[in-house]
Amino acid sequence: MALAADGLQVAPTRVERIPAAYWVVGALLLIMPLLANDFVLFQVFGWTFIMGLIALSLMFLAGYGGMVSLIQMTVAGVAGYMTAILGSSGVEQISLGLPWYVYIPAAIAIATLFGTLVGALAVRTEGIYTIMITLAIGSAFYYFAKQNYGIFNGYTGFNLVVPPDLFGVDWRQPIAFYYLTLGCAVLGYLAVLYVARAPFGLALQGVRDNPRRMAALGFNVTAHRILAYSLASVLAAVGGILLVWQNAQISPGTVGIPVVIDVLVIAVVGGLRHPIGPFIGALIYVLLRTFTPDVLAAFGQSGERYKLLIGLGFLLVVFFSPDGVLGLWERWRARRRRDPLKGAAQ
Amino acid sequence: MESFVRRHPVWAAIIAAVLAVFLWLVFAPWSDGMEDLFGRKRIFLNAVFSGITLGALYFLVASGFTLIFGLMRNVNLAHGSLYLLGGYLGFEVAEATGWWLFSFLVVFIAIAALGIVLQWVVFRRMEGQDLRQTLVTIGLSVVLADLMLWIWGGGSYTILTPEWLSGPMELPIVTGFRSNGQAVFLKYPTVRIVILIAAIVLGLAMWLALNRTRIGMLIRAGVDDREMLAASGVRIQLVFAGVFAFGAGLAGVAGIVGGTFQSLFPGEDTRFLLASLVVVIVGGMGSIPGAALGAAIIGLAEQIGLVYAPTYSVVFTFLIMALVLAFRPQGLLGGGR
Repeated sequence: MALAADGLQVAPTRVERIPAAYWVVGALLLIMPLLANDFVLFQVFGWTFIMGLIALSLMFLAGYGGMVSLIQMTVAGVAGYMTAILGSSGVEQISLGLPWYVYIPAAIAIATLFGTLVGALAVRTEGIYTIMITLAIGSAFYYFAKQNYGIFNGYTGFNLVVPPDLFGVDWRQPIAFYYLTLGCAVLGYLAVLYVARAPFGLALQGVRDNPRRMAALGFNVTAHRILAYSLASVLAAVGGILLVWQNAQISPGTVGIPVVIDVLVIAVVGGLRHPIGPFIGALIYVLLRTFTPDVLAAFGQSGERYKLLIGLGFLLVVFFSPDGVLGLWERWRARRRRDPLKGAAQ
Repeated sequence: MESFVRRHPVWAAIIAAVLAVFLWLVFAPWSDGMEDLFGRKRIFLNAVFSGITLGALYFLVASGFTLIFGLMRNVNLAHGSLYLLGGYLGFEVAEATGWWLFSFLVVFIAIAALGIVLQWVVFRRMEGQDLRQTLVTIGLSVVLADLMLWIWGGGSYTILTPEWLSGPMELPIVTGFRSNGQAVFLKYPTVRIVILIAAIVLGLAMWLALNRTRIGMLIRAGVDDREMLAASGVRIQLVFAGVFAFGAGLAGVAGIVGGTFQSLFPGEDTRFLLASLVVVIVGGMGSIPGAALGAAIIGLAEQIGLVYAPTYSVVFTFLIMALVLAFRPQGLLGGGR
């Protein structure tokens, strides 16, 4: 993450403390346009960063707040729909055609408001109830978008939703789009890292571990949880706007229940402990989605069966490593660090 | 009931008033002014009856869901997949044997067996880890959905109504009057009435079994405190497996019912999962009477909404859920857990 370096140059010791792996990954990501072709840049990496960003918002809620919310994809979808409705699209009778400096903040604000309201409802109950409630609200939104032609243009949705031509750059060009999504993903990643160490994030983790004690200490547990939903909604909203730009269209299928569950799969497979997890999960997911149909076809199977693979992979991860790929990695490192003779960590 | 009236006299009066108006709307012939305002009475009655029969179907699906949840704290998000699988299996059996009722038996046993396998092989290993169990059920629903898409394809299936149930039936409810003053009675498909009655009977039977039998006593005790129940010598794993099997089998049977008066296609699994979730959230988690009440409310809201505000009907369902969550998070009939 090269941007991490730029932002922290105030204190040289902190720059030195950034692990070498960050420099390598950051440099690789920056020069990626030299190494990869347009398809990989736009379809694989662009999609990875977008899904990673949306899954990151889930990871923030689940990892730091202890609230597994399935609403994040719907929040992203609301932002995407607002981009199409307030901005311009192929459906001219509905789209308002406002300028970009109005519709982008408005889309983020409306999606955040939506996410906060859902959060306010969801935090009234705890634990697995949150999954039930957010899933119910998310699928209600899907059916509503599919049914409603006045605002959401029903089953067809909106097409030709493209990013504005800012600074004379066509942001849907693969290289420009790559850097746009990379920038948003890195900003989101750093924001989550920062919030996790800020007083609010620490209090949120306290609420996750022991809400009663935090309440006794004078923290407003409900307010912390709702604010966590708001912050997560901003991340998801940015992801949603990028997603609608990448596909150039949005329809109820974008926020359908399978996608809602995919976001959860990404976050869980990547790992809910650290903000890098969702991006790893998203990369695995996108690679599977993009390339398994071809691999399966090569084996004479129908390419449609990638869902089965994703489902089975998810089951395996949940069974054997509840912390996802990150958990596997940490376990492997712990084993390598162990002294073969003494058995204890060095 | 009595204690509720004594504790909340205002609410009881409001509920009684709403019920009275509703019953009057159903049974009294409408005047011309009302028909101008609300449309034809026949349309309203049809919406009400579709709502109640849909509610009966929702109850079949949701009661298993809520029973499993109440006892095992397992949010079975694969419940909708069990519904759809049951429907497909029922279609195959009914096609092969031509025997509609027989398919209920086969499907109940098959899906219940699947439920036992799931509970015994998967969920028993992660008892007490609610989140992990839920994640597993999500994974299962993805896998099952794709397997079913593989086997049965994306087409839509409808299970044929047996002859002795097909055709309409005249109900003793007046929809209007002919010009010669003769009353017109509501006609409604027989099969739906039979399903409605069957769901009511089943609901009553479940309530009786839970409240009047030994096994029901064990289940209620398990809902309240499963550690204590296990400590007092009950083989709680058997109770768990039994309840999971029953709930799963019920979802499978509901699949046949749904396949008979609607149709089966990929995506129905999530629709019924959503319905069970909303019903259980509205009615109260883990409560059978709550599931019945929630199912009736949601079924009615969906169908009446579909008739009077076609593009906003989902919003009614959602609003009801949001209101319940805002004012009574444990559900209408949920205990204060």
